[in-house]
Amino acid sequence: MRGTFTSLAVGLVLAAAPALGAQALTAPKTVEAGSPFSIESSGSGQATLYIVGMGGVVTRDVQLGSPISIPEGAVFNAGHYIAYLSTAPSDVASFDVVPAKVADISFLARPSRLPVGRRNGITGAVYLFDAYKNLATKSTPVNFDISTPNTAQEKRSAQTRNGAAWIALDSSPKEGAAHFVASAGGVSAVRVIQQVPGDPCAIKMSAKPDGKKIALETEPVRDCSGNAVPDGTIVTFTQNYHGAQSTVDVPLKRGVAKVEMPAIPGANITVASGVVLGNEIHWGK
Amino acid sequence: MSMLKPVLAVIMALSASAAFAGAQASVHVTPPNLDGPRNLADQTATAVVKNYIESWESLRAALAANRPELLDRDFVGAAKQKLTETIQQQGKAGITTTYKDRSHDIQIVFYSPEGLSVELVDNVEYDVQVSSKGKTMAAQPVHSRYVVVMTPTEVRWRVRVLQAEAE
Repeated sequence: MRGTFTSLAVGLVLAAAPALGAQALTAPKTVEAGSPFSIESSGSGQATLYIVGMGGVVTRDVQLGSPISIPEGAVFNAGHYIAYLSTAPSDVASFDVVPAKVADISFLARPSRLPVGRRNGITGAVYLFDAYKNLATKSTPVNFDISTPNTAQEKRSAQTRNGAAWIALDSSPKEGAAHFVASAGGVSAVRVIQQVPGDPCAIKMSAKPDGKKIALETEPVRDCSGNAVPDGTIVTFTQNYHGAQSTVDVPLKRGVAKVEMPAIPGANITVASGVVLGNEIHWGK
Repeated sequence: MSMLKPVLAVIMALSASAAFAGAQASVHVTPPNLDGPRNLADQTATAVVKNYIESWESLRAALAANRPELLDRDFVGAAKQKLTETIQQQGKAGITTTYKDRSHDIQIVFYSPEGLSVELVDNVEYDVQVSSKGKTMAAQPVHSRYVVVMTPTEVRWRVRVLQAEAE
């Protein structure tokens, strides 16, 4: 019912146009956001011009019969607008405001921290905006560069679709802070991603007698790319003897884990960190 | 295809509620044409479309009554800021606007890799009517392609970008 009423109202307003046709507006079909433009008017006398859209409302007292200048920055939100005169509101002109050039990049890079050597582990998504926060929907190339100290810079590009673009990249084999840069239209945004060593690749320990104890010490623990596994990573030493078991968790300090355990003849000692199992030592009688 | 069933179910529900309210906007959802590595779950797609259609209800009510607080549920960021400013400008100009959406043709086109935004396009047919002191001043039927970016919040997807493109 409401739809019928509105259609009727629209129809009545449009039907009334010829009777008031002495005053008419002619607007450009499209206007770049924030740019100055003019609307042609016919007729004579003074009136108030209304420009109305979801993106804003502009009113101007105007002299009819001459071009109406809309200054720079007056209409800047992208979208559809209608324009009409207070003296002839049924004569509606319309135009679209389109985004201006790219001036800002909304860049979300994830994650902020990840292990080295992770395939497609880093993703970046961008939305491009103009200076008025309009989504720049025109297809635009976006360059993505990621660089880690002492490694080659990786460059990729993507084309925006509806103002958005994304990329997925491998994390570097070397640890360090990666600078992830997205750039488009002369504008760039930088995010920093911490690339940390992965899980230990292998663990090897040695044992030395120390009185009634055994001194156990690992070799420097590294991931499979040769990066030192960070201090604080827990290494677990396990001693099995005569059906019993004792376990000691030790954090890595300066890349190695050290512990003293009772020297029990016939004991088997293993070392592990996470899911990685190291070598085994049999403490002989 | 599995995605279509729940989405269509939502559409039927929306159409029913809209018809009850007298708005009668028809909603058609085209299967997603996603640009992105992340799979879009059926439930997510359904929620996005449902919340987006609901945002038009808020938009319509807020602009018709010059009440920006009605945007709070469905809009956030730049979209909310721009619409709020428009409502303030409408108030100063002594006008209200009625946006009566007649039909929507929606397609989800981007789901960001980290899952924090969804972009959709919507070919909307609506009537815009400008009123002053209860009197219709100007009116026009409009067909626009809207580009919409939505982001998840605590309980729903909210519109962050709502932008009509030139035809």
